[in-house]
Amino acid sequence: MSGETYLLEMRNISKSFPGVQALDNVNFRVKRGTVHALVGENGAGKSTLMKCLFGIYKEDSGEIYLEGVKTSFPNPRAALENGVSMVHQELNQVLQRNIMDNILLGRYPRKGIVVDEKKMYDFTKSIFDDLGINIDPRVKLGDLSVSQRQMVEIAKAVSYDAKILVLDEPTSSLTQQETEHLFKIIKLLRDRGCGIIYISHKIEEILNISDEVTVMRDGQWIATENAKDLTTDKIISLMVGRELTNRFPPKINKPKDVILEVKNLTGKYQPSIQNVSFELRKGEILGVAGLVGSRRTELLETIFGIASHSEGEILLHGKLVDNKDSATAIKNGFALLTEERRATGIFEGLSVRFNSVIANIDSYANFGVLDGKKMKVDTSKVIEGLNVKTPSQNTPIGTLSGGNQQKVIIGRWLLTDPEVLLMDEPTRGIDVGAKYEIYQLIIDLANRGKGVIFVSSEMSELLGICDRILVMSNGRIGGIEDADKLDQEKIMTLAAKYL
Amino acid sequence: MKKESKEKVEEISKGLNKSKSNILDKLLNYALYIILVIMIIGVIIIDPSFISIKNFTNILSQASTRAILAMGVAGLIVLQGTDLSAGRILGLAGIVSASLLQDINYTSRMYPDLPQLPLILPLLIAIAIGVIFALINGFGVAKLKLHAFIITLGTQLIAYGMALIYIDRPPLGAQPIAGLDDRYVSLVKGAFKIGTVEIPYLIVYAAVIAIIMAFIWNKTTLGKNMFAIGGNPEAAAVSGVNITKNIMLVYLISGILYGIAGFLEVARIGSATSITGQNYELDAIAACVIGGVSFSGGVGTIPGVLIGVIILQFINYGLNFIGVNPYFQIIIKGLIIIVSVSIDVRKNIVRK
Repeated sequence: MSGETYLLEMRNISKSFPGVQALDNVNFRVKRGTVHALVGENGAGKSTLMKCLFGIYKEDSGEIYLEGVKTSFPNPRAALENGVSMVHQELNQVLQRNIMDNILLGRYPRKGIVVDEKKMYDFTKSIFDDLGINIDPRVKLGDLSVSQRQMVEIAKAVSYDAKILVLDEPTSSLTQQETEHLFKIIKLLRDRGCGIIYISHKIEEILNISDEVTVMRDGQWIATENAKDLTTDKIISLMVGRELTNRFPPKINKPKDVILEVKNLTGKYQPSIQNVSFELRKGEILGVAGLVGSRRTELLETIFGIASHSEGEILLHGKLVDNKDSATAIKNGFALLTEERRATGIFEGLSVRFNSVIANIDSYANFGVLDGKKMKVDTSKVIEGLNVKTPSQNTPIGTLSGGNQQKVIIGRWLLTDPEVLLMDEPTRGIDVGAKYEIYQLIIDLANRGKGVIFVSSEMSELLGICDRILVMSNGRIGGIEDADKLDQEKIMTLAAKYL
Repeated sequence: MKKESKEKVEEISKGLNKSKSNILDKLLNYALYIILVIMIIGVIIIDPSFISIKNFTNILSQASTRAILAMGVAGLIVLQGTDLSAGRILGLAGIVSASLLQDINYTSRMYPDLPQLPLILPLLIAIAIGVIFALINGFGVAKLKLHAFIITLGTQLIAYGMALIYIDRPPLGAQPIAGLDDRYVSLVKGAFKIGTVEIPYLIVYAAVIAIIMAFIWNKTTLGKNMFAIGGNPEAAAVSGVNITKNIMLVYLISGILYGIAGFLEVARIGSATSITGQNYELDAIAACVIGGVSFSGGVGTIPGVLIGVIILQFINYGLNFIGVNPYFQIIIKGLIIIVSVSIDVRKNIVRK
């Protein structure tokens, strides 16, 4: 009855997991030839809703109509065969194999009993040409940058001749230029009549690309509106369920004396950083901007001693420090919050308590025996001090939302009482409300006299909370400026300096 | 945008070329072959008479059944698994086929009234035994979600126990199954001549199986799916690959190979006992890792496995030839595993 107007209709979808009502009577409708943004904080149920659509989860109740026909896919394969494809938030790729093996995974063309490699190449090439992607399909996926891998994943989803294309946080590792490119692709597909479901935390992006926006909160449908009737503030207030007057907390920290000096730091195994020099003050938040591949992460890793340097020195309080490995760095008062929370931050199956105390584990040991009481006390400090939402200290951290996981990891480092905090994309994949809390935390830390180095791909947040911004360009320093003298355009110019 | 991504590709390919032009990296890529050549040269220096076609074919024919077994295990390692049961399955399959193919004139036959069977029948029974066990392993991994180490640890014991029961002759106890049918022995130990060079049939069987396996791994959907599942099971699942089916198929193939290897191995040795196949699985696993099949899954080649088997066999044969104390040989084998795999992993280490 509604098949004429809606390409996809999800009616009264409910889904619960043990102890959690993930989706509660959600209605979601996508029109043909539109981009429909799906927004909400982490844990709002966006990904769960999409997983029900894609056949990864089975909804407890509710109905799904595709082009007016009632459907329910038993598995992803059925979804793909019926024109529903999805780019997953975590890139699900086989890095050991080449691009075309990945693109055609699950549907290799055959010539007799042999896989038809030529057809695979031609198919992949034609999809890439169509989308303006210029990468050789025979390159091993593991040799590509993260952003290129993301483009491959998008090309793959498109290549299913999708009627419905779900993009879950597709731009989280793309530069602005690459995002522009992605938007061109999205518009192309939209004009061909696809329905595109776009999940993102970047609200500017959503307003830019989408026709309609559906907001979810706590597993419930909140609103569906035309994008042109919405503003950033309106979306945010719908998402968090209250008025959010400021995106950034007030800056109360005051930079004081220099605590850290980095001189002529050059990575041993190039490509890495080259000849990087800067100073960091007590109570200062130093932002690090740059394109993907500008070696921002390598800068932090080299300072922290998990990447080696061939030249240069690091001085803390004017004294030379030799961070030869992470243990030494921690002892010297450094802390590193890594970029890939899931891969290098959390111990997914282990408890919040374990995850809180692990970087500081030596301090709980009496002749090698751990003091359980002290660990409990410190973990409650992390949970209470950082406002972590967790059922208990024994809850596996993997079951918490991204924002709460990140808070635990920040707490982990605070327990080591560092002087210099190195933070690599601390707000990636974290919802707006939790981001605000993380900003607040960073400013508080600076205010308490820590030096913070804050790497981010979101220029607005660098401009919003940093005192100064260091722009990396191809492994070198493109420039260091006071944040209030910079804007996005100037940062981009500095970032392109050595390309 | 087009231009930019093109530059990136160029940058990447430049990076690849650069690492390829690097001599050290090149050495690393061929480290296994270099190790093998160095060992051969070492043996030749100590005893120049080692250079003979006879020695060469001996090593290859001894390596043949091991290679067939290792190629079965290799697929399971590519799937992030392993197989501890391979040796015992080979043993059981071998014992059963030997018992069905004792010479009719041999005095202590296990089945005194059994007529002379066509060779194909015991071979098929051996394969069936391999397949049944391998499917139990596959079911454990794909459906019960057990780690391959656990399920194959279990089936290893089951296969061993069954072999002991099968071979047991109370009140005398277990007897070796000997006096094999001539047709059976010559099928395996026979050879044909090219000029003056004798080529044992066994090498031909292993070569044919290697070609078939290389074909399956590289040219078929099953092969590609196997590497995808081993490399990233989740990626394979969301791309619509039927994980259970493909895992079962790879195990099925391993079972066929174990059965064939068992059938051939017993004829090669000339008799079967309860220790037939003992520890073969460890040699097979060692050959795979020496040959570059990654324990973390998704990586491996058939030629690599073959080289691994040959290196191990060469250690046995070559060191025996120059009279190295057999106990030392075991130590050398251990060292070779450690050295070759640590060189091999250098290829994939990202230096920071």
